[in-house]
Formats: sequence, C-alpha cells, structure tokens
Amino acid sequence: MLAAVASLTVLGAALGLGLGIAARRFHVEPEEIVAELEALLPGSQCGQCGYPGCAGAAQALADGKAPVTLCPPGGKGVAQALAEKLGVSADLSALGESVPMLASVREELCIGCTKCFKACPTDAIHGAVKQIHAVLKEACTGCAKCVDSCPTEAVGLVPVPATLTTWTWHKPGHA
Amino acid sequence: MTEFLLLLISTAVVNNVILVKFLGLCPFLGVSKKIDAAIGMGLATTFVLTLASVATWMLDHWLLVPLDLGYLRIVGFIVVIAAAVQFVEMAIKKSSPQLYQVLGIYLPLITTNCAVLGVALLNVQNGADFLHATLYGFGSATGFTLVLILFAGIRERLALAAVPKAFAGAPISLITAGLLSLAFMGFSGLNLT
Amino acid sequence: MPAVATLPAWLQRSLIRWGVHPDDHKRPVADLPVERLPLPSRLFLPLQQHVGAPARPVVKIGDHVLKGQLLAESAANISAPVHASTSGRIVDITTYPAPHPSGLEQPVMVLEPDGKDRWIDTAPPADPFALPPTEVGRMVSAAGVVGMGGATFPSAVKLALGLRVQVEILIVNGGECEPYLSCDDRLMRDHAAGVVDGIRLALHAIGAQEARVGIENNKPEAIAAMQQAAAPFPEVRIMPVPAQYPMGSDKQLIQVLTGREVPFDGRAADAGVLVHNVGTCHAIHQAVRLGRPLVERLVTVSGGAVRRPRNVVAPIGATAQALFDYCDGLASAPARVIMGGPMMGNPLATTASPVIKGTSGLLALTQEEVGEGERAGPCIRCASCVSVCPMNLLPLEMAAHIRSDDPDGAFQLGLNDCIGCGCCSYVCPSAIPLSHYFSYAKGALAANERAKLKSESIKKLTTARLERQEREAREKAEAAARRKAEREAAKARAAAQANAATAKAATADVNA
Repeated sequence: MLAAVASLTVLGAALGLGLGIAARRFHVEPEEIVAELEALLPGSQCGQCGYPGCAGAAQALADGKAPVTLCPPGGKGVAQALAEKLGVSADLSALGESVPMLASVREELCIGCTKCFKACPTDAIHGAVKQIHAVLKEACTGCAKCVDSCPTEAVGLVPVPATLTTWTWHKPGHA
Repeated sequence: MTEFLLLLISTAVVNNVILVKFLGLCPFLGVSKKIDAAIGMGLATTFVLTLASVATWMLDHWLLVPLDLGYLRIVGFIVVIAAAVQFVEMAIKKSSPQLYQVLGIYLPLITTNCAVLGVALLNVQNGADFLHATLYGFGSATGFTLVLILFAGIRERLALAAVPKAFAGAPISLITAGLLSLAFMGFSGLNLT
Repeated sequence: MPAVATLPAWLQRSLIRWGVHPDDHKRPVADLPVERLPLPSRLFLPLQQHVGAPARPVVKIGDHVLKGQLLAESAANISAPVHASTSGRIVDITTYPAPHPSGLEQPVMVLEPDGKDRWIDTAPPADPFALPPTEVGRMVSAAGVVGMGGATFPSAVKLALGLRVQVEILIVNGGECEPYLSCDDRLMRDHAAGVVDGIRLALHAIGAQEARVGIENNKPEAIAAMQQAAAPFPEVRIMPVPAQYPMGSDKQLIQVLTGREVPFDGRAADAGVLVHNVGTCHAIHQAVRLGRPLVERLVTVSGGAVRRPRNVVAPIGATAQALFDYCDGLASAPARVIMGGPMMGNPLATTASPVIKGTSGLLALTQEEVGEGERAGPCIRCASCVSVCPMNLLPLEMAAHIRSDDPDGAFQLGLNDCIGCGCCSYVCPSAIPLSHYFSYAKGALAANERAKLKSESIKKLTTARLERQEREAREKAEAAARRKAEREAAKARAAAQANAATAKAATADVNA
C-alpha cells in the first residue's frame, strides 16, 4: 500500500517537474494570433458579428468561440483568410446563402439629417445638412449601422446589383 | 539484424496496429482528411509511441515489477503516456504552430489513443526485452503512420468523387477502411522465413 | 520543340499532340461573296467594346455627327475611343443590353443615321513608313483599333509594348479555327493587299523584322491570295498550318509558328513575339493609309437556323437582330444564339444586342447543332480531356475540385492557364460541361479577389476615419484647454488689477 502510494507520488512529481521545465523552455506568446486575426478583419467595427468590434471578434475567433464565417461584410474572402490562419476548414456554404448587401438612400424620404453618415464606420455615405445623402458603393460594407440611425427609415439595404464586371457564370448543375 | 528487420515488417505491415489489431481507430478516422495532417499526426504518434514504449518498459521493469505493483500497470502507463504527449504538444506548439493548429484536438487525444496504451501493454504481455520493446513500439507506429497516410490519400480522392448521397461522408470512409483492412489481412500469408 | 510550321506538311499533323477536329461548317458561306448591311434605323454604340476602361463621351445628345467622328475618347492607359459608324444624330446616351451572356445593360450611345453616310475629312500621311513608329501607334490608337479576333485588347497598347520590349517576330493570326466562322477567310481572299499592308505597318510600328502569318490549310484560296499579295515583301512569310482546333489561340499558334512557348503567367511578348489578328491588321491598314477609324467589320452570320447564311459587312452598333433579318431571318427558333464561334463564343441573352468591334460571327444554332439534352454523366476517367487539352492541363481533376467547391484546388492545378477553348467539353463522352466548370471557377476566384481588394480598401477607410476622429477629439480638447487658460489668465489679470486698486486705496487711506 505504502509502496504504491509513494511510487505513484514520486512518479507524478518527477513527471510534473519535467513538464514544468519543458513548459518554460517551450513557452510561446499566445496573444500574437489575436492581433493577426484582427488585421484580417475589415476593421469597420460594425458589430454585425455580435462581438464588440473587430478586436472582440478576433479574440472570439482565437478562442474558438466563433466560426470563421462570422463576418458578413468580409464575405467569403475574409472567411477563407481566417480559416487559413486558424488552420481550420471553413464551411462556406452558410455564407453562400446570404447575398452581399449595400445601403441605399430613398431620396424621397431623406431629410438630410446627417445622422447616417456619422454612424457609417467606413465613410461610405456622402452628404451635408439638408442635402440628400448618397452611398458610395465601393466603400459600403452593408453593415446596416446607418439603417438603424435613420429617423425617417430612408436608408435600406439592397442586394449588390450585378454588373458586367462582377457577373459570373453559375455553377454547372446549379442553375 | 534480420530478426530486427523482420520484427519491423511484421509489426508495421503484417500485424498492423490499425487494420489488423483495430487499435487507434479514433485518429485513423479523425485525422485522415488531408495528407498533410495525416503526416503530422503520424510523426507525432510515432514519436509518442516510441517514447512511451521505452518509458513504460522502464516503468514496468524498474518500478512496478520489483515492487510487485502489477495492478497499477494501467494507471502508471497512462500517467507516463500523458506526460509524454504533453511534452510533444508543447514542443510542436513551439516549433510548428501550423501543425499544432492542424492537429488540433487530436494531439491531446494521443493520450487516450488505444494504440499507444495497447502497444505498451502488449510489450509487457509478450515479455519483450528493452530493445524489442522499443522496436515493437517504433514498428507499430510506422505501420500506424503508413496506414494513416494511405487512408488520407484515398479520402482526398473520395472527397472529389461523386459518392451516392446515402454513402457520402462517414459511411464511404468506413467502407473504404474495411476494404483496406481486408487488403492488409493478405499480409498474414507472407512467409518471412 | 521545333517550329512545326517549318516542317514538311505530312509531318506537321503528327507533331501536334493537342486539340480536336470538329466539323468546320465553313462552306458554303466562305465561298459566297460578301454583302453589305443596309443602314439600320438605329445604331447602339457601347462605350466599352474593348478590354480596359470604358470610353468617355465627347458629344452631347442632339449633336449631328459624321461617319468616323470621335464620339467617346479613350479614358485610361488601357482603353479605346469609339467613333460614329455613319453620319447622323446622337439621339440618346443610355443603357442597353450588352452582347454578353448575362444580358445586363451597359452604357451606349444611340445613333440615328441620316442615310447620307458622309465621312469626316481625313488627311492620311503620304508615306507612313517615313513616320516614326510611335506616330503609327498613335494613329492606330486614335482610330480605336482593338483585337478583332474577339479578345478586343486595344491594339495600340500592344504595339507600344512590342516596341518597348523589342519583340523579334510579329505573328499574324489567320488561323480562324472556330467552326462556322469565315470572316477572316473572306477578308484575306478579298483584301489580301490591305491585310499585308497592315502587317507591314504593324511591323514598322514595333520595329520587328519578320512577320509570320499562320493560316489553316483548310483555306487554300486565302493562302494563295495572301502569298500573291506578300510576294514582293520577303519580311512577310505566309505559313500554312494544319487545321486543328484551337490553332487560332495565340499560345498555340506561337508554338506552331516559332517553336517558342509563352511562359506561365506571361504574355506573348515574353516569348519575343506579338500576335495580331488578320482583321486587326486590315483595320490598322485602314486607319493609317486612309485615316479611317474602325467603324465597321466583317461578320459571319451563320448557323442551321439562318435562312441565307453569309458574310456581311456591318456597321459597329447594328443589332444582331438586324443582321439576322438581312439574312432573311431565322427558319426556326434557335436553341442558342452565339456571338463569336461555337467553341469559345458567348451565348447572347437577346438578339437586340449590338455588333461590337470584336464580333466575328453571329450564329443561330438549332437544337441539333447544339447537341444538348444529353445529361452530364459521371466521369469515367477516360482522360480524353487530358489528351486534347492544348495547355496540357488535367481538366477532369480540375472539374472534380470545382464540383466539390474547391476552386483553389483547381487553381493549384493550373486553372489560370486554361484558355477556355472547350476542347475538353467537346470530347467528353459523358457530356460533362468541363469548360463551364472552368468559367464558373474563374469567375468565383475573381470575385474572391475583388472581395479581398474591397476589404483592404475598406480597412484603409476605417483607419483613416478613426484617425480623423481622434484628431478632432484632440483638437477639441486642445481648444478647450486654450480657452480655459485664456479665461484663467484674464481672471488673474482682473484679480491683479483689483489687488492693485485695493493697495492704492489702502495707501491713499494711510496717507489720509
């Protein structure tokens, strides 16, 4: 009995000590990955993923609490980059269903209050006081922050229209 | 010398740890989607298995047998194996973060990989001496790696194949594993003398 | 690899280890005389008929223009101007269905012909060979000449590149390997002298010493005409090549004519050659010798559904429907209308789309010719596609990756080298739409690339915004601090004055 207890105790202590030394020897900074992930995200702090800003999202990704497809404005490109960085395989099918959106101002409703372009994290809305506002398609991520800020519901989201340069063939057999 | 070569072949191929002894099926099915990951897993398991064979032999011969603590064998072995895995995990995390990410959850699972414990216990059962135990561990691990890579290669192609819906995913993998196992059974007819 | 075209004819065929040999359907259309399309009632001139930036309009709605007058100018380094195809009035600048499989609309100028077809005054140079090469390039650029084989890359940009990197050989593409099409064949038969002159002008513009004209040997009349026209000019070599699709693809033609291979991710210039289509050479001839911009082109109108197929000279901007109507309309509803050739052309969403500079053919194909209706079967791994691929790719493997949503895997296998010739789809015994898979994957990869670029530019915007907000907050705080300091200073001054006053009063008190 005594021999059993003693031998296992000694064994455990010895292995524990060895691992402790190894842990010190092979120590890595764990936080690098969060900064790297944040650099991959759009950085517009739109909060669509449900985390407080892109830094929060990066932390959640690093902890494995969020899927790589968490970023709607980033789309497939960002999801793939994140998946590559994290070394996981991304299930991009979930993203395929949500079409990329753009903000659009209904001119007859806009009163020129400037609230939306103060809310826009990417400066994608143009305008001045008492002037009808307009959206720059190239800069809009479709984050919908402006939609919530509009007092007259003049801002809405519309699917990104296809153009001759963005049009692509569909996948065969998936007409 | 010939004896050692024969031992290696018979442990790696004829008595393959996965396909003939059916040990270590968890990583066999879990980490065989990509060849890269399979190679990494195979190498990590090879290292752990060899190290564990040596360590458990020493534990058994120098501690458990002299003190007549045979009933603590499984507990003791698990502790040693767990420590070895922890060590490998830390080393990989430091040297190859990418491989660390790829192996993910399966790395700690080497601890409970029944191939590792199984080989250690079989060593004791066979009454192997130190050199034989080491070679037995290394040979088994080589067989494990070989089969893992073979299977990953097949699965990479399977992923591109038009598999009937009812068989897609795990079912076709298991069928493939079964066929592979049948093929390896053929080695038991090998006349090594 | 030797230049196959320099070897004896009986050896050539066996040395070409790629491609297919579809039924060419070129005759009898190729043997019929060319006809001219009467001016339609409206012409739709797209601002983008070329690779690169769309042209910028320089005329207004309501302006009266002459044939050949500049309507829209080149808007970037890679762009091309658009000219009026006839005299008339600009009635609108609007959007109109593009000659594109999507049928999406693009900006066009609508020209209403006045029926007079009056040219602008032109002042062509007396001897263009006395001009510096760059001047010839400038004239080509001003004439809006683009690659007329279908690639529509601005020709002047190519000439400038050829001059800069000093290419040795000009390859002239008279392959016309696509079935049905015979517009280049007709052009070489009827205007061989003009084509050869255009070739010599292009040689002058790039400073090269030798031109090799590759013509498939199924066009003996064109070869004879070109040989006769080129006889006085030893620098222009007419080289018959075996009729093998896709001989008219530049990479393949370069290899057959020179034995050189265009490197991966490279251009023809990297192999020391430049490729121009015979149609483009003729357009260069017109631009430099006559001062006439590219306003019309030869179009093959053919296909089983067309009643009276033939080659038609059409003004740029005439609708596909107008051309079909001129050819006595369609005998039956076509299964597919294609702009270009049947192998690489684009199916048209609507026949209202206009003829543009790169339109070599308009085909109305019957169900029988399209041959669809057979469903794609499983891949039997026969590797027929591998043996015909002119780029030595593995179409079956690439398609398998794409089918299982892994376009990157296909990219690793060389998807970007795929020239989209369609040989693989043509030979596939299981009728797998291989080239459709590749078009899809190229589009998906391009979309990913665009998304990546967008997210990078958005990141810049966000950082700029944050910096601005910080700066504004800092400036606000500084201004507030300054005001506070001023207020305090004023208070201190007031206090000091008050003190001084009290002190004075006290002194006065004491004195009193």
